[in-house]
Amino acid sequence: MSDIATITAAPIGSFTAEVFAAHLASLGDAPAWWLERKRAAYATFASLPLPTRTNEGWRFSNLSGLQLAGFKVERVDPNGQLLASPFGPAQLNFINNTTVGDGAGARAELAARGVLVTTLSAALQSHPDLIREHFMAQPQKLGSEKFAALHAAFVSDGAFIYVPRGVEVPAPIVITHAASGSGTAVFPHTLVIAEENSKATVVDHFVSVSDIPHSALRTPQFACGANDLYAGHGAQLTYLAAQNWSRDTLSFQFNSTVVRRDARVQSLNLHLGGRQARHESHSQLQAPGAFSEMLALTVADGEQEFDQRTLQIHQAPNTKSDLLYKNALRDRTRTIFSGLIVVDSDAQKTDAYQSNRNLMLSDDAEASSLPGLEIQANDVRCTHGATSSRLDPGQEFYLQSRGIPKAAADELLTFGFFEEVLSRLASEPLHDALHQLIKTKFKQ
Amino acid sequence: MSCLEIQNLHISIGDKPIVKGFTLTIASGEVHAVMGPNGTGKSTLAKAIAGHPDYTITSGDVLLDGRSVLAMEADERARAGLFLAFQYPSDIPGVSIANFLRAAVQARLGEGEDLDATAYYKRLYAKMDLLKIDRKFTSRSVNDGFSGGEKKRCEILQMAMLEPRFALMDETDSGLDIDALRIVADGVNAQRGGANSPGILLITHYQRLLDHIVPDHVHVMWDSRIVKSGDKSLALELEAKGYDWVKKEFAAA
Ligand SMILES: Nc1ncnc2c1ncn2[C@@H]1O[C@H](COP(=O)(O)OP(=O)(O)OP(=O)(O)O)[C@@H](O)[C@H]1O
Ligand SMILES: [Mg+2]
Repeated sequence: MSDIATITAAPIGSFTAEVFAAHLASLGDAPAWWLERKRAAYATFASLPLPTRTNEGWRFSNLSGLQLAGFKVERVDPNGQLLASPFGPAQLNFINNTTVGDGAGARAELAARGVLVTTLSAALQSHPDLIREHFMAQPQKLGSEKFAALHAAFVSDGAFIYVPRGVEVPAPIVITHAASGSGTAVFPHTLVIAEENSKATVVDHFVSVSDIPHSALRTPQFACGANDLYAGHGAQLTYLAAQNWSRDTLSFQFNSTVVRRDARVQSLNLHLGGRQARHESHSQLQAPGAFSEMLALTVADGEQEFDQRTLQIHQAPNTKSDLLYKNALRDRTRTIFSGLIVVDSDAQKTDAYQSNRNLMLSDDAEASSLPGLEIQANDVRCTHGATSSRLDPGQEFYLQSRGIPKAAADELLTFGFFEEVLSRLASEPLHDALHQLIKTKFKQ
Repeated sequence: MSCLEIQNLHISIGDKPIVKGFTLTIASGEVHAVMGPNGTGKSTLAKAIAGHPDYTITSGDVLLDGRSVLAMEADERARAGLFLAFQYPSDIPGVSIANFLRAAVQARLGEGEDLDATAYYKRLYAKMDLLKIDRKFTSRSVNDGFSGGEKKRCEILQMAMLEPRFALMDETDSGLDIDALRIVADGVNAQRGGANSPGILLITHYQRLLDHIVPDHVHVMWDSRIVKSGDKSLALELEAKGYDWVKKEFAAA
């Protein structure tokens, strides 16, 4: 490991070579190729600089909030409490990068149909080839190469979901990723492989816990997560991620979605938590008929910053992508949306749509929008747009004239604004669970 | 027995005076029809009483059971028992009728008191049936894509659910077909008569409505104040003679 020690010119904060060595040592019987990969990832992380003002991919971001010091890679849970998920019982629970609790009953039922819902560490033993093929296999293109490498270096466990050909899983597969304790760094991962003509829904729930009542919201933490979604020929995958980390968390989340022929992926990211939360999403439409629907909702309050960067990459003809990101900004918050539609030269008949809508609930909030197109083909339909608006005073008065207090009226109108996204979900229970979860943010 | 007193009310929009001294007292159970030409300030009056922030009351007062409501926000006035059926109801995309009315009912409950959802839906459906509104409407967004008549029916549904002590009904008959007019009138009449019979200020241009909701008093508004009052025969007379008649009489006086 001498090679690692020598390349620490760039800022690494708490994630020193010693900490990394200890992390590797904690992994037990992980395969050699996996350890090798992690070493390479650590080298990348340690060699890359932190983003600077000149990085186009970090325009408008609060760079001073990206400090990596003051965190510890914790694998034990000081609280030992299992959280109830708002999305129903979780099949997999992780606290501080470690799998806890049961969920085995539900998993066994699925296993009988060939559906694997297991941990990444277990799958490294049982299905190494699938991990080799799909784990962070696509390039990071949106600016967070350093942090994505940090994730790859320190990821110790996560969810591994494999849905075999032709199998439909009716109920959502729910995974809880919790961070517990002050200063804790977590590296959640979810890998979903939906094979040919399969159908499944996967829900990731990210949450902070604390042993001190009511302080979970104020616990400084570091979350650096990633998910890989793969939809094979004709597969239909719905992916929901609800990010509700503490308000003092620095959060990164990297997504890569691969959509094959005639497959459809619908993803919805809900952003509630974090002091500063960056989300990067890459949708790769690799074969004709592929469709990726990318949805996001954000409720920002206090001084939160939500930074969302997206890529819709059309690599084959007759592919479709449809992005709708909606942010509601209160208090002194900031949101950034930067979205790029890329159409390769042979991706004729591409149908790409991108829309970012911001609801300004405060005069002190600031929403930035950077839509972009990079089109090589000539027969395409690409539309993009961004808007920022305030609540309509006529609507507010209408609600108030029915006795609804202003705060409740504004909350209702915000939900009205969100409904365009929420109503895209086919599942009513998931729609309602998201609604309830968003409601908790208005109560705080 | 409740009482809504509108006392010498002057209302401005910005610097522009719109209503210049409107006075009327309505007791619960009474129906007062107000008729008057376009632009005379009827909607302004109704919205200002309901607490619309764009309208400034420059002098006069509005008393609900002797207490001024002018310092209250619109939502407080509503919870105190005022209701405005809008001439032009707002549409609210993404907010369902069910959730909207639920929030309005919830707002009338005490701190920590939770709405009984089963009882709420039972009541809601009963009122919808009465107004012949399809139950499917509960999941539709408030007024979004509603026809003119559907909007007006929906206003009366809200009134039925919220049981106000005083209702200001602004041209609730406009946009209604003949059958709908009867249904809406029946819906309003169903709320009257009992111990909680609301006082109603009924703004309309057409005597037709007054055949269904029979007024105790009819007032003619001209140049933003009441210039003539009478019983329901005044509405008939007005329909026959037109506003020119009032104008002449008013000018002569
Ligand atoms: N926001 C506004 N700014 C300026 N003038 C306004 C505004 N709203 C209303 N007015 C004016 O105030 C006057 C009264 O309007 P109002 O809507 O109260 O009349 P109305 O009696 O209800 O008429 P109608 O019978 O046509 O409904 C009109 O001249 C109108 O143009
Ligand atoms: Mg009017």
